[in-house]
Amino acid sequence: MTSASAAPARPGWIGRNAARVEDDVLLRGGARFLDDIVLPDALEATFVRSPIAHGLIRSMNLDAARALPGVHAVLAFTDLRAVLTQDDIPLALPAGGLRFDVNPTCLVIHEACYVGEPVAMVIASSRRIAEDAAALVELDLEPLPAVVDPVEGLEPGAPKARLSCPDNLVAKTKVDYGDVEGAFAGAAQVVARAFRLNKGGGHPMEPRGVVARYDEIADQLTVWNSTQMPHRAKAMLVETLGLAEHQVRVTTPDVGGGFGTKAVFHPEELAVPAAAMLLKRPIKWVEDRFESFTASIGEREQVWTVEAAFDADGRIRGIRGTLRYDHGAATPYGIALPFNAATNLIGPYALPAYRMDIDLCMTNKTPAAPTRGAGRPQGTFVMERLMDAMAQRIGLPRDEIRRRNMIQPGQMPFTIPVKQRDGSMMVYDSGDYPECQRRALEIAGWDDFPARQKQAREQGRYIGLGLTNYVEATGRGPFESVSISIGPSGRIVVSSGATAQGQGVKTMLAQVVADVLGVAPESIHVVVGDTSATPAGLGAYASRQAVTAGNAAYRAATLVAEKAKTAAAELLEASVDDLVVNDGRVEVNGVPGHGKSLTQIARALAGTPGFALPGNLPPGLSASNDFMTSGLSYTNGCHLAEVEVDPDTGGVKILRYVVVHDCGRMINPMMVEGQILGGVVHGVGMTLFEWMRYDADGQPLTVTFADYLLPTSDVVPRIEIHHLESPTPLNPLGVKGAAESGTIGAPATIVSAIEDALRPLDVRITQVPVTPPQLRALIRQAQVAESAP
Amino acid sequence: MFDPRPLNVTVNGATVQRTVDSRVHLADFLRKELGLTGTHIGCEHGVCGACTVLVNGASVRACLMLAVQAEGCAVQTIESVAAPGGALHPIQSALARHHGLQCGYCTPGVVMTLLELQRESAGRAVSEHEVRAALSGNLCRCTGYQGMVDAALEVLNAPAAQS
Amino acid sequence: MKAPAFRYHAPTDVAQAVSLLASLENARVLAGGQSLMPMMNLRVAGPDHLIDLGRIPELAGVAQVPEGLLVGAMTTQRALETSAVVARLCPLLSEAVSNVGHQQTRNRGTIGGSLCHLDPGAELPVAAAALDAVMIARGPQGERRIAFADFPADYLTSTLEPGEILTHVLLPVASARAGSAFLEFNRRPADYAIVSVAAHVTLDEAGRVAGASIAVGGVSHAPVRLADAEAGLVGALADAAACAQAGRLAATLACDGDDLYPADYKQDLCETLVRRALGAAFKRAGAGHV
Repeated sequence: MTSASAAPARPGWIGRNAARVEDDVLLRGGARFLDDIVLPDALEATFVRSPIAHGLIRSMNLDAARALPGVHAVLAFTDLRAVLTQDDIPLALPAGGLRFDVNPTCLVIHEACYVGEPVAMVIASSRRIAEDAAALVELDLEPLPAVVDPVEGLEPGAPKARLSCPDNLVAKTKVDYGDVEGAFAGAAQVVARAFRLNKGGGHPMEPRGVVARYDEIADQLTVWNSTQMPHRAKAMLVETLGLAEHQVRVTTPDVGGGFGTKAVFHPEELAVPAAAMLLKRPIKWVEDRFESFTASIGEREQVWTVEAAFDADGRIRGIRGTLRYDHGAATPYGIALPFNAATNLIGPYALPAYRMDIDLCMTNKTPAAPTRGAGRPQGTFVMERLMDAMAQRIGLPRDEIRRRNMIQPGQMPFTIPVKQRDGSMMVYDSGDYPECQRRALEIAGWDDFPARQKQAREQGRYIGLGLTNYVEATGRGPFESVSISIGPSGRIVVSSGATAQGQGVKTMLAQVVADVLGVAPESIHVVVGDTSATPAGLGAYASRQAVTAGNAAYRAATLVAEKAKTAAAELLEASVDDLVVNDGRVEVNGVPGHGKSLTQIARALAGTPGFALPGNLPPGLSASNDFMTSGLSYTNGCHLAEVEVDPDTGGVKILRYVVVHDCGRMINPMMVEGQILGGVVHGVGMTLFEWMRYDADGQPLTVTFADYLLPTSDVVPRIEIHHLESPTPLNPLGVKGAAESGTIGAPATIVSAIEDALRPLDVRITQVPVTPPQLRALIRQAQVAESAP
Repeated sequence: MFDPRPLNVTVNGATVQRTVDSRVHLADFLRKELGLTGTHIGCEHGVCGACTVLVNGASVRACLMLAVQAEGCAVQTIESVAAPGGALHPIQSALARHHGLQCGYCTPGVVMTLLELQRESAGRAVSEHEVRAALSGNLCRCTGYQGMVDAALEVLNAPAAQS
Repeated sequence: MKAPAFRYHAPTDVAQAVSLLASLENARVLAGGQSLMPMMNLRVAGPDHLIDLGRIPELAGVAQVPEGLLVGAMTTQRALETSAVVARLCPLLSEAVSNVGHQQTRNRGTIGGSLCHLDPGAELPVAAAALDAVMIARGPQGERRIAFADFPADYLTSTLEPGEILTHVLLPVASARAGSAFLEFNRRPADYAIVSVAAHVTLDEAGRVAGASIAVGGVSHAPVRLADAEAGLVGALADAAACAQAGRLAATLACDGDDLYPADYKQDLCETLVRRALGAAFKRAGAGHV
């Protein structure tokens, strides 16, 4: 075991379905989202964006736009450059492996590299007038050949996606361990497969947006940004605008979803504050949905060629292959996404030897950055499809081949010899993978299904059951901060570098603190996502906030409780060991009523002029903690889906969906389930509906919600969720993340079910999303082959 | 070009008289002219349902209706559903209880859609299929819809609702 | 994105509307706005004048007249969907309209707006084609009747003359021993159809097909009637074999396809949906063999 101390097991707020502190104002329509911020004297901005995927600016005539009544400014890069310290936005992660970094600029300087890249900025008295003026900007671009496909883009002679780069190969890297050649040389069976997973996005219901106000008198820049990472946004602004930390505040209003889209710093997040400084007027920009489809990051496009070597009894010996990844037109996240994909492939299985060669291709598409799942759904998809393929090859049930390859609970912690971003090895910290699958099979009626399936087929119905196991690395570090302060008012204020986009982060933090201080969560005031309330923080990414901020809150609250007891011991002339914290009071154990409220203690610790503080303690009933992670905690799960395929139309209907999930100890099971539900449905979208399509010239084809299909309430199944709780030894609360896990399991599960439904036709799916025409074509081919003499 | 038009409309029970640029859609009018920012804009092309309000009792996409088209109409927005500081409407409290909201951006539209369903189904039981069909015009990226569906079934099929 | 500027007009009778439409440059009619408003908000449509028909009372409503069912062009889709008269007299229209969009769009969207917009994936034009609807238009030269078969001109374009406004749609009343069905295939139930089929049949007393009309949407700029299949059905027993035969003929339709929904896929859908829709229509007409 580790040195981490176990959290108390007494009944408290942790583990309860506490009502969310966020809901009331959201339900009344009283929340304040970005576009609800109205500043006196504010102007509204829109952007002129590149209409082509690749081209050089020959000329740009802004005169007509500038002359339109109501227009305050039309800005090109050179105009904004006056307030910038450098041309580019220094996003590049320090991780090695990239052959070259390509940072974005706030507006295109010369070369536009994707449709939607901002070229000029129009600022007017209203958004509609700004758009009228944007339509008057005469932008003359010399078209250049566009790189659209990440495979073609790496072929010799391919055009360059950026003229300034030597070629399109952003990085060549690999995951490599064990004796791969030996594994294949001695294999009884080898299966080979190729897969393409297409581009999709986060698509929060509230698009991005920024409001910036520069106060000349105070020499202060305040930025309201609908972001997952305000501290990183502040760091970018400090660096690019040449300001000191105290001059910049980035704060998040209510944020209407993130899903990764709002994690990476986009060009507009600099352009709007820069323009506000230049014009000395508050400026608001709210992304519209068309912009969101073209200018907001997405990801998921990966092309895999893989082989798996197995022993005759179904035990896996090794996997090798290539992964080509569409990086889009800039490199904000280095190699993180394909690396996540390649490593998450391993899943809950003991894979003795593995080599994946990864090529990252720059293309003339919107830059790729993490979207819920962050590469992992693709890796899991590949592994689970290989498992099904091998099960079919050697005639083993799909559950049995998985069972034979699973890492056993007794092997935890289980080390995989792959070095991660922070330099540490991959270590699975806890979990019972075989039990997780066993439970899921039992709940879904796995053993009875063949009989039901046979019966359905006799009626001409094609139903199938799919199965997937997966892990997710959660709680990425390096740290998150929480400060707790109780002032003379007695109000408990918790502030954190964590950020909220709907997950219930405020409720989660309030529950943890309430648990330690013995108060009700709704009595705690939580401030998140504001750089002025929390000097250091990181925010929302990698399913991390319950792990990092949750444990920071637990430790800080524990420090507050200890200090309150120390002070109370002095005030009550009692021994600290006899004191307990309960119901907002410190009392002598066994003597109810004999004690001090936290408010009284806070007042005493606030200090009185000339008098000593109780026990000569440092002033203030407050404490802070930066929880620093000591490795990733691995959540795991098993999904089963039952589907029906209409062979005549290629339509797929999900009839049932079962999840058994293990994210360690749960702080609020209701909110954990909310994360899983949303995650699975995002995965349903990825598998059956969502596909950001481009034509051969790099022109996006799906730029409305009528063309890019999000799952609606009438196409998603009821999702049944069950839990195992394998606490992680890596943090005091024993918690792991849950936000992306649902998405990771869904594509492989649904595709497994579709192939099972069509088993008589032996249809093999190689592409995601699975569209009805593609599925119908596969069915038709199989029917033709079957009816051939 | 500014095309000013007089507009007389009842919003949440109050008579409103304004001059409005004819191209301003109802969602922008509610949000920017009246400060009723509970009605959210998610796509402005009539698919996402975030801007759903009731016009003469019927749910509409407020982004697909010009404000001037509401002349003489009664518009109801999320701000009218529960009195400020007062108890939540049963649909609202059920949404909280069933975790039918997360980020809350789509929630006002969802509430307005369910209010219409409640009115239209008064006195009879509704099926999960019906609820899912009704909610299909409201995109949600957070919840997977399940909590919304359960909240609607609980409230609409409560014994009192059918009496 | 916000709509570009225009001048708004709200006539209160058809004569005013016709006169505005005929006299103003680059003017468009605003019906329910469920197609035009998104196009304006995306700035792909930019009329200088918008003539709102929503203030003309005579354009809304459903009435039974000697010639059939007279539906005002501004009758909302939701009003049609919930109309007992429509359900009784023209069940095909009821079924088709319940497949249009979401309730929030059906509350505003109108029958006339949909028929004039002529989106290839729209449901109502397909029903109108199968029903041989008569389009009644008024223009500077007075009133004109147009058979639906002659109504579509091109992609998203009707044969209405400049200055003409669709005022009413005349639909036949279903007879006894008639049956109809509307079926579509789409990715999500409320989406535009990839392919849709409206089938209307009448049977004779012996259970044989006395008349059939089958319209297919989504395959071309306008709905297509399956004349060969319709002719072949007359006199045939209303059974599964007849459905299958009509389906096979439907599969030979020339279809417009694209990368996402190729022509051969649409032909597969034509076959399946015609077979299924016809089967449902036969059953509803009282056939005992399907």
